[in-house]
Amino acid sequence: MIEKALRGSSRYWTWLGILAIFIGIGAVCYVRQFFIGQGLTGMGRDIGWGLYISQFTFLVGVAAGGLMLVLPYYVHNYKAFGRITILGEFLAIPALIMCLLFIMVDLGQPLRAMNMILHPTPNSMLFWDMCVLLGYLFLNLICSWVILTAERKEVAPPKWIYIFVYLSIPFAVSIHTVTAMLYCGLPGRDFWLSAITAPRFLASAFAAGPIIIVLACLLMKRIANFDAGKEAINKILTIIIYAALTNAFFVCLEFFVAYYSKIPGHMHSLDYLFFGIEHNGEMYNNLVPFMWTSVFLCFGGLIVLAWLKLSKKVMTDAADWIIAAGCLAVFLSLFIDKGLGFVLGGLAITPFETVVEYYPTVNEMGVTIGIWAVGIFMVTVLYKLAVDVEHEVEE
Amino acid sequence: MDTKRRTFLKAAGVAALAGISAPAVTKLAEASSSAVPAVAENSAGTAGKIRYGMVIDMRKLYDRPDIQEKMAAACRYAHNIPTFDDPKSEIKWIWSASYEEAFPEHSSAHNAEIIEESEFLMLCNHCDNPPCVRVCPTKATFKMEHNGIVAMDYHRCIGCRFCMMACPYGARSFNWFEPRPHITQEINPEFPTRMRGVVEKCNFCAERLARGEKPACQEAAAEVGAIYFGDLNDPESEVRKVLAENPTIQRKPGLGTKPSVFYIV
Ligand code: SF4
Ligand code: SF4
Ligand code: SF4
Repeated sequence: MIEKALRGSSRYWTWLGILAIFIGIGAVCYVRQFFIGQGLTGMGRDIGWGLYISQFTFLVGVAAGGLMLVLPYYVHNYKAFGRITILGEFLAIPALIMCLLFIMVDLGQPLRAMNMILHPTPNSMLFWDMCVLLGYLFLNLICSWVILTAERKEVAPPKWIYIFVYLSIPFAVSIHTVTAMLYCGLPGRDFWLSAITAPRFLASAFAAGPIIIVLACLLMKRIANFDAGKEAINKILTIIIYAALTNAFFVCLEFFVAYYSKIPGHMHSLDYLFFGIEHNGEMYNNLVPFMWTSVFLCFGGLIVLAWLKLSKKVMTDAADWIIAAGCLAVFLSLFIDKGLGFVLGGLAITPFETVVEYYPTVNEMGVTIGIWAVGIFMVTVLYKLAVDVEHEVEE
Repeated sequence: MDTKRRTFLKAAGVAALAGISAPAVTKLAEASSSAVPAVAENSAGTAGKIRYGMVIDMRKLYDRPDIQEKMAAACRYAHNIPTFDDPKSEIKWIWSASYEEAFPEHSSAHNAEIIEESEFLMLCNHCDNPPCVRVCPTKATFKMEHNGIVAMDYHRCIGCRFCMMACPYGARSFNWFEPRPHITQEINPEFPTRMRGVVEKCNFCAERLARGEKPACQEAAAEVGAIYFGDLNDPESEVRKVLAENPTIQRKPGLGTKPSVFYIV
């Protein structure tokens, strides 16, 4: 099957070539960081986690989001998702590998990473996160491979694979729950110390993951002659809208708890993120424009998507561009909310109740872009594989 | 309350065990009492364990930034701590900052002038219930069972910085750069230097205590006698007597970490 990835149009190769350049840039930046030290990043004594861990957190969500296709198709036998369920699995694999890469580049002593396995520590949530992430990666690898192979041979997948498919459902939930538990069990980090962190993570994940699949489907319809089907897209949009609304609702609850209780620790982070916070006569507000952009993109995108559905325009071809725009808006919004605001909002208020702002360095952004390029590279190859198999079966 | 219950449970456990294999238990008890003599003397404490703690008498340190700096310098020398100018990369084991930073959860609405004007010392609290130990995925941060010190294994730490997220006191520092070229003072050959990419913090001078010495910062403050150090589980110890005689506060006691560092303000 691999050989399919090696045969492609010049457009395919050019695209992979461009991504390879970015991967190269990321690699050079990482080598610099490896030999000089994490001091090359914008992180410091107060903001000990930055871009890397926030990307990791966001991408765990993307990986878990594939569940929104697997669950309807395998559990509720929702046939319209038949063609695209594999895309959910093929999205989870690169997302998980990106997660692992982001963890590795964040470690101060990456060569010692095996210590987590040599000295397993069940009371650490990071240990459990590693277990569920590796478990989910394994499940997705085996399920996607066996099912795609069966599809190619035009036979029903073997029965035993369904054990793994069903197992992957709780695993998808667990990867994001345990990732939330990295944050929400830490005393003294008031912004993170909220039981709603895990549900909120899941809600935003169940919007962000499917959005990538919709965008990929729309793109592949144009360039790869692959049609996921109107019904499937329409259904995913419903899921996205509900998930994004749930996320927004949870965020509103955080606001209520903070501003009604008026407990400073709960207000400070939200103040910093949305309004700016003053400390010792200085104003700290570098994330405020981002957070409000996120709010407007979320509601703007949702209004567009809801309007498309209510007016039934969603089933027309002309709607594709509007769907893409709406999805992109919601995706960016969730990316800012979780991939930026959540981690940095929690850290900007230090244990001394001082405020420290974080600015990523160019080197750090280079590494980050490199890892994103790795992920997009893998998605491209895997999606091409899936589409080629579909085409082969159709012929 | 907590302690009593635990002692009771332990006693019950030992009793149950004794019923099954009495000789084994006797042997164990003998072995441990010869290795750690404090066990026998300390029957009223937490099942005979030492728990080191510190009392900082701020009354003797107000208006004495010189002493505070001397203490930090003593620690810096004793532990080969590097110096970085950029606050982002700083390594701090013991340092001074304002009352608001040290005790953000205590009201600072109308403080005594002396509190407003002075700086307070901060270091690792060697919490009895340490979140940093709880979150470490490699046991590179661990609590020494025989004396309660929260210690670090620099050779095992993978540099994930999870412990820095979990410590509510900002007591931990990460080596963002190679630390050795930044050690500006003379190198102390009795303590290891660290490598890039690992976390470090105050170790309550475990290596000095093992040699029967006092913590370096306590020694440095000896001229004003601002630091008391000893076994919190031993009611006869100096720290316990100081604690019994003076009202003290701890940093962020509400978080349940049970800090072992107390302040007389
Ligand atoms: S003060 Fe911080 S580093 Fe020290 S034991 Fe407590 S939680 Fe751990
Ligand atoms: S940085 Fe080191 S000590 Fe801290 S949690 Fe990670 S492995 Fe443990
Ligand atoms: S107890 Fe020792 S390690 Fe801790 S601050 Fe004092 S001198 Fe430094």
